[in-house]
Amino acid sequence: MTVPGSVASAPGSERILEVRDLVVEFETERGVTRALDGVSLPLLRGQTLGLVGESGCGKSVTALAVLRLLGESARVVRGEIRFDGLSLLPLGEREMRALRGKRIAMIFQEPMTSLNPVFTVGDQIAEALRLHERMGKREAWARAVEMLRLVEIPEPERRASSYPHELSGGMRQRVMIAMAISCGPDLLIADEPTTALDVTIQAQILDLLRGLRSRLGMSMILITHDLGIVAAEADEVAIMYAGRVVERSPTRSLFDDPAHPYSAGLLASIPRLDLRTEQLASIPGVVPDPAHLPSGCRFRDRCANAQPRCAAEDPRLVEFAPGRLVACFFPVSERARVAAGNGAAE
Amino acid sequence: MPEPPSSASRRGPAAVPEPGDFVQAGELSIEPDGRTPPRRARLQIGLSGAVLLVFYLTAVFAPWVALYPPGEQHRHSPNAPPTLVHPNSPTRWMSEGLLFVYPRRMTDTLRRRYEEDRSHRIGLRFGARGHLLAPERASDEVFLLGTDALGRDLFSRLVYGSRVSLSIGIVGVVISLALGTIVGVIAGYVGGRTDNLLMRLCEILMALPSFYFLLALAAVIPPGLSPAATFMLIVVLMSFIRWAGFARVIRGMVSGIRELEYVQAARALGVPDLTTMFRHVMPATLSYTVVAATLAIPGFILGESALSLLGLGIQEPSTSWGSLLADAQNLKNLDKYPWILAPGVCIAITTMAFNFLGDRLRDRLDPRSVPRP
Repeated sequence: MTVPGSVASAPGSERILEVRDLVVEFETERGVTRALDGVSLPLLRGQTLGLVGESGCGKSVTALAVLRLLGESARVVRGEIRFDGLSLLPLGEREMRALRGKRIAMIFQEPMTSLNPVFTVGDQIAEALRLHERMGKREAWARAVEMLRLVEIPEPERRASSYPHELSGGMRQRVMIAMAISCGPDLLIADEPTTALDVTIQAQILDLLRGLRSRLGMSMILITHDLGIVAAEADEVAIMYAGRVVERSPTRSLFDDPAHPYSAGLLASIPRLDLRTEQLASIPGVVPDPAHLPSGCRFRDRCANAQPRCAAEDPRLVEFAPGRLVACFFPVSERARVAAGNGAAE
Repeated sequence: MPEPPSSASRRGPAAVPEPGDFVQAGELSIEPDGRTPPRRARLQIGLSGAVLLVFYLTAVFAPWVALYPPGEQHRHSPNAPPTLVHPNSPTRWMSEGLLFVYPRRMTDTLRRRYEEDRSHRIGLRFGARGHLLAPERASDEVFLLGTDALGRDLFSRLVYGSRVSLSIGIVGVVISLALGTIVGVIAGYVGGRTDNLLMRLCEILMALPSFYFLLALAAVIPPGLSPAATFMLIVVLMSFIRWAGFARVIRGMVSGIRELEYVQAARALGVPDLTTMFRHVMPATLSYTVVAATLAIPGFILGESALSLLGLGIQEPSTSWGSLLADAQNLKNLDKYPWILAPGVCIAITTMAFNFLGDRLRDRLDPRSVPRP
């Protein structure tokens, strides 16, 4: 079913965000550390991109880079971030500030600490509205209450005057979401939005996010390490490892047929109720120290089928099937192997 | 026969309270975290608060509390000892007042000996002649804390002097904390080169031997200045030296607070830096500020006292506790007229009261403390 006039903003028709070959370095006491090494991510309008990886792989850095909130120790070495046709990296701080909260919003992981303890939640939601929408005090407050209603907080009029410590974790995350969507952003970055919550609340928050996303036509980057959440929420998944995207794929095909050994390992380590096994599968080894990365493929130390070539050459992210990309010479997926074989023969 | 595990035996010694146990306030003599037990803490807060309230009210209503203007000289009673105040018998309450004193006369002008004339009584009445406690007739003299060599009533001078000594702490703390907070928040939030520059500046200021520096600065205060101007100059000088310490602590707090998620969240909402700094970051330092302010007030009181004691602070005829104490520098005087130490006692009491209050406030406002009812 198509609504006339909605063609331009129909889901999947254009890229709302495009991160291209992004390299970010951090200045540390031990020298320069590369946190992102050539990350490329496209996000189509109205879609959800799941960003998956272990801690320290660069998920959050990518998100903060999009908002240009990396801090002084970080430096974008090269790359490009285009948001709705606008290149973000050369923008001045003032223009960037006008985008933050208004067109790109972010939800943080810890609902316990991401609200300011000294202001009421109504005040905090109203702050964004007064800033970006130039609303008066009264109007912004009324809108804040409206937002609280939208995120299904009971008795929003009363709750707006509550302080964060008076709310439960789930409630606070709802408030965070209300804050983030108050100015109707085009892109919502959710950095582990449910990690700190217990499972039943997680499901409620994810339901809420999904509902709001389709109602408000937002695109979303969902950062998580929980593949279960990705399976349910994301249209496309990017698996990150040690500062790189190692596999990018539509969610369905990734779960059916992972190409990168790391993705396969992640999928295998999800406990399954239908298989009776004594031990949970895990990936041996640890994430390499970003200051001492192995040569060639960064995953080779932990990879079961690493070959001499993996140490000598750096695998690049190549498309092996429509919409599916992997950075591996010896992918586990049959289709990818055939494609890689073809590539090697050239 | 093995005893079934009762709830008491599972818990082991009853002395160790489990997290869920409710411990009555004041039941434990020493709290597990080594703080002052609540009952004693409450007593300290109450006492200190009461003392300070009385002192500050006295300062505010000085002309009403003091019997004489601070400069008034009673030439015929120099170095008089404190007048003893006696309670009246209830039958005289209506006619003479609750309290009375005996009139005194100097018997030995050289040795400053005084003798009480027990044949008369001078009744003291509350609210008489527009004072808190005064004799009916103005010619009857009452020196509650004795007089100095010029026959000036020490009690009255103490009361008037408290205006300087008690307000200098508050004004000084307001100025130095405001400066310290602004510099600290900017340095901690902006970081980088700004931070480096501001903090090195603070260190330079802190590395100066502050009292000598203060002495040097105070020495250039022109002597002809009005008492109010001298007072303000002294406060500003002292604040100028002391803000650096606050700035460093607040900068440290801010550089931690800056990384908190709600500050990140504010920035992600597009809140401008200045707003973030003073609306989101600064309030989190307030609990420290309140405690630091309380604990810093005595420093200002002592600093002013020290300056005045050395003759570089408040000049005659205005008084402060420090300048009053200057009389006690002479050991012979102190031996003969020990009551001239009264201003020192006042300084000590005020300092202790502020310190107790500050310590207890810190216990209460410490973000890591267990919230208590």
